[in-house]
Amino acid sequence: MNDTAIRVRGLRKSYRDTVAVADLDLDVHRGETLAVLGPNGAGKSTTVEILSAQRPRDGGAVTVLGTDPADADRRFRSRVGIVSQNASDLLELTVGEVVRHFAAYYPSPRDPDKVIAEVGLTDQSNRKIRQLSGGQRRRVDVALGVVGNPELLFLDEPTTGFDPEARRQFWDLIRSLAADGTTTLLTTHYLDEAEALADRIAVIAAGRIRAAGTVADLVDDREATVSWRDGRRTTTAPTALVAELGDAYQGEIPDLAVTRRSLEDAYLRLIGQEVNA
Amino acid sequence: MSMPNAMALGAHRGSIELKQFFRERASVVFTFTFPALLLLLLGSIFDGDVSRGGVTGGQVLTASFAAAGIVSTSFVNLGSALAVERDDGTLKRLRALPMPPVSFFLGKIVLVVVAGLAELALLLAIGAVMFDLPLLHDPVSWFTMAWLFVLGVTACSLLGIAASSLARSARSAGAITMVPYTVLLFISGVYIPHQALPGWMADLGAVFPIKWLAQGFRAALLPDHMAELEPAGRWELDRVAIVLALWCAGGLVLCLTTFRWRSSLTR
Ligand SMILES: Nc1ncnc2c1ncn2[C@@H]1O[C@H](COP(=O)(O)OP(=O)(O)O)[C@@H](O)[C@H]1O
Ligand SMILES: [Mg+2]
Repeated sequence: MNDTAIRVRGLRKSYRDTVAVADLDLDVHRGETLAVLGPNGAGKSTTVEILSAQRPRDGGAVTVLGTDPADADRRFRSRVGIVSQNASDLLELTVGEVVRHFAAYYPSPRDPDKVIAEVGLTDQSNRKIRQLSGGQRRRVDVALGVVGNPELLFLDEPTTGFDPEARRQFWDLIRSLAADGTTTLLTTHYLDEAEALADRIAVIAAGRIRAAGTVADLVDDREATVSWRDGRRTTTAPTALVAELGDAYQGEIPDLAVTRRSLEDAYLRLIGQEVNA
Repeated sequence: MSMPNAMALGAHRGSIELKQFFRERASVVFTFTFPALLLLLLGSIFDGDVSRGGVTGGQVLTASFAAAGIVSTSFVNLGSALAVERDDGTLKRLRALPMPPVSFFLGKIVLVVVAGLAELALLLAIGAVMFDLPLLHDPVSWFTMAWLFVLGVTACSLLGIAASSLARSARSAGAITMVPYTVLLFISGVYIPHQALPGWMADLGAVFPIKWLAQGFRAALLPDHMAELEPAGRWELDRVAIVLALWCAGGLVLCLTTFRWRSSLTR
């Protein structure tokens, strides 16, 4: 068994005249949590749907858990869990009914009541999905994605609509699944979520991966920005610059701040490439 | 670890489908209660029309409405439900599961059979209680109804599945099934007797299954001399069986060639 869960080379997909994914390469290692970070329309959902065998692709080589998702069979589908965007179904059923029903499809499911507790819906277990708030419905989606005890979990913007507490609770769930060895591919446009959960981050824009790596890889921390009342400069030697400024002002430098690049800077720079290109 | 059995999953699907159907007030009212309500109304209006042998208008309408009820709970119900499910993410979610497609269709079969039987029981009960339709007189009549039910539900379910692919979104789902259903009830001798229809209209109605299903139920439920009022002057049960069987075959071909898990708009 090799240690690659997902390997993608040259993936392409267009909808009529819209190019959604253009020559995308991606690797996800077994046991790792990878966040695909990108703006709306970047091609995140399309990529996830192709990798999870929900959508045909136009071209490229894709291997997921040793299988081409274009040939997905029942066994393949029993090994992956999916939390998609934009579902509005199952409204007349209760949380408990739905989670128990979905558990029945899998050869070795997790305990439905435990899963309901993990997503924080125990008190709503006998409520119809119609009566839940948007964030609570999203938690049902997450429960349905993990109840099959998947080896590989796809999460497409899973925390949209969550309140801060629910997000923390969800992060804990994903971390405990990761600790059990679940490989996770998560899309998000929240930087803090990517930073909190992911071992590696892949930044996607206009259907291409712009950069991939750990937060440290993405954020070039050799440089820092020194700003003061009369100027601003980015340099690899901030200490020298501050000393120089101290001499120039002969004492306190007015409004001095030294900042390292944040993930946000790196992200904005990476997705800005498409605008400038 | 072995995969759950496809038949067992079909039974699971069936119970989920039934819960969803009977909890959704709109579907219950439209496809389930509506035929019963119309029968009550029309039956009460025309119950005074007594033909030879003392058969009342209410009794004739009950027999014809048994066919309408079957078409409603199979064709209308399945066709509109599938169009909605293709739009709201149900089918997408189910397709991503380790579920054999046969389990999905088994669940739909459980739904149309249970809903169809309940509908038939409701309509016959209205006929018996309101219009004194004699029911328990003859085992042959029950046998006829049994095969009419099987052929009718099969043909209309398959046609409903095929029709659902014509709907581009959930909003057009109702129209795609309700319009042909309502038109056919008028031209198939359910609401209005054949004799009152222009010839071309009756001929057009005779192409489709409702006319034959209604004729079959009249054969099962009304005294034999009433056959004189049929277009051929006979019940033509052999022809009823043949036409319905042909529609089953045609419906199956249409289904196999048109069924899609995804809407054509989101491919
Ligand atoms: N079903 C579809 N039909 C046509 N265009 C689509 C469809 N789905 C997505 N697109 C387009 O493809 C591009 C990528 O979309 P998507 O993969 O949903 O991005 P993301 O999930 O990153 O927001 C967008 O330009 C979007 O408008
Ligand atoms: Mg998306």
